[in-house]
Amino acid sequence: MQQVIQANLKDNDNIEPVFSHFETQLNGERSSAWHQKRKAALEELKSLTYPTTKNEEWKYTNIAKVLANDYAFNAPSDLTKEEISKFSLSELEAHKLVFVNGIFREEFSDYSSEKGLHILSLKAAYQAHADLIEAHFSEIASTKEEPFTALSTAFAFNGVFILAEKSAVASKPIFILNITDTSDYPVIAQPRNLVIARENSEVTVIEDFVSVGGKPAFLNYVSEFKVEQSAKVDHYKLQNKGDNNFYIGTTQVHQSDKSNYNNTVATLGGGLIRNNLNILLDGEYCEAFMNGLYMLKDKDHVDNHTMVDHLKPNSYSNEMYKGIMDGHSTGVFNGKIYVRQYAQKTNAFQENKNILLSENATVDTKPQLEIWADDVKCSHGATTGALDEEPLFYLRSRGIGEDKARALLMNAFAEDVISRIKSETFKSHIETLISNRLENR
Amino acid sequence: MLEIKNLHASVEDKKILNGISLKVNAGEVHAIMGPNGSGKSTLASVLAGKEDFEVEEGEALYNGQDLLDMSPEDRAREGIFLAFQYPVEIPGVSNTNFLKTAINEIRKYKGEEPLDAVAFLKKMKEKMKLVNIDQSLMSRSLNEGFSGGEKKRNEIFHMAMLEPKLAILDETDSGLDIDALRIVANGVNALKSPDNATIVVTHYQRLLDYIVPDFVHVLYKGRIVKSGTKELALELEDKGYDWIKKEVEEGVI
Repeated sequence: MQQVIQANLKDNDNIEPVFSHFETQLNGERSSAWHQKRKAALEELKSLTYPTTKNEEWKYTNIAKVLANDYAFNAPSDLTKEEISKFSLSELEAHKLVFVNGIFREEFSDYSSEKGLHILSLKAAYQAHADLIEAHFSEIASTKEEPFTALSTAFAFNGVFILAEKSAVASKPIFILNITDTSDYPVIAQPRNLVIARENSEVTVIEDFVSVGGKPAFLNYVSEFKVEQSAKVDHYKLQNKGDNNFYIGTTQVHQSDKSNYNNTVATLGGGLIRNNLNILLDGEYCEAFMNGLYMLKDKDHVDNHTMVDHLKPNSYSNEMYKGIMDGHSTGVFNGKIYVRQYAQKTNAFQENKNILLSENATVDTKPQLEIWADDVKCSHGATTGALDEEPLFYLRSRGIGEDKARALLMNAFAEDVISRIKSETFKSHIETLISNRLENR
Repeated sequence: MLEIKNLHASVEDKKILNGISLKVNAGEVHAIMGPNGSGKSTLASVLAGKEDFEVEEGEALYNGQDLLDMSPEDRAREGIFLAFQYPVEIPGVSNTNFLKTAINEIRKYKGEEPLDAVAFLKKMKEKMKLVNIDQSLMSRSLNEGFSGGEKKRNEIFHMAMLEPKLAILDETDSGLDIDALRIVANGVNALKSPDNATIVVTHYQRLLDYIVPDFVHVLYKGRIVKSGTKELALELEDKGYDWIKKEVEEGVI
């Protein structure tokens, strides 16, 4: 049984011995180009401190409780295949890759490559596609001034590598299941994904996050997406976690001409969740969709930070984030749209709507639009309020009980976002979770 | 069936109903007319249970029960139906799904089994024909993007599906052209029976050519200042409301 390495993140000096231990597992790879990137990221990390609420980008998300624990970097788990199977959406026809505490578990996974579609664990991919990993890994998501991305990059080893070759169309989604098992230790898990969709290819990536065990878990999660010309990537994320679960993640997307990237994040619970979604529209006639639904209760906290940067002309971005907040939950929406001077004929739309079900729930919403071009169509808006009384009365006056009427209206509110998910099975899975939540309020 | 006694109601401290008394028996059609702002729609809303209104005095008995004490959904389950003057658009809730939910909630209240899909569809088809409503409106979100006429027709369609004992039509005629008006009226007439009653709230006499009332009441400044038969409606059509206002000001009525 290997030694469990635990460390507190607060002081970067604690990380050095963890990194040294990590290096011992790398065998012959320590001189590789990939590992030089890790070492550079570690140096970057050491020059940084984790943000506090004094940092404008973290004003409403206090990560003190995330940093307060001694996390095990390689925590074991006794979960059996049978126990895991209840999380792996048996009804979903997909390539399935399972990670427990951030470690890839081949024996729980069920996937295969298809014609033109390569699906590998990140470490296996380094054997087969070292050149691609060296070329793209950590090139899309920058570690500069980003301590969490630097931490992820320094320890990148487990994760999923997806390469869709030119014109390859995946026959089914790729489902990445991330389980944290904190039965024995507080756990930090840092899977790292790299998705390269070549010209005209099409892939769907689903990331699902669940937790078992009562101790704290911290998932520091980075996914990089390279969406090349006319490629189409659908990317869904489901976060349904316990209140002792912390998640800080960055999805970094680079899009080329005529590409289409469609992201939907559904958050149904979690102690502290920070989702960064950054999209670079580095091509013309790109389409980017950013959809989010967060349904929070108790003391859940979710912070969605999105950024879409229109660098070139004629592209389209559409963002819709909706929240239903109950209990003492807190939500943050920060959406930035940049339209660079050269990016004429940009269409960019952004909307954030929140329903507060409790007087103790709060949302801080900050839509930001910065436009340097002069010939663009952009709009943004944010609303926050209680459930509308007029529709509620209308439904009740036709015999529908108040609770059911509220559930119907909230379901409809949420459906607006969920209907943008194209995988029918995954969509109905989320719909069921939402209905159950609403019925059992 | 319905007995309103000396009903006073206000909204945000503004008094709207000033002592209304009205008795409606099964099998009857009552028209409530009056100039704008006389309190017609408020009366309809108070009867349906809208919570924006504060009832300060008086009572309303529905089949002997205290109506004002009941939740809006229980009123509906007991057979009261309000056709809205401005039907609410509800994105994301389909017309069909809404109706199925409403019908089954009412059935549950009565201790009946939910209607199965076949029986529900059969009933839908039958009632759609009655109000001549397009099939395409069934799968769409409730009232969303419906034209004014489609919304009103949809209200009557809901009424046909829910088969109320007491239907209150709040300015159902407003915004309807003559053909739509006739269709809506035909629907209402077809649903009439000796066991149910209808209250038609309207500004104009026009609708009453098609839905013939047994009684006409004129509401002004929150009270019923005149009651009569359908001839009263014709007189109002002829002379307008000014003479009534004048009589009220002069203390004649």
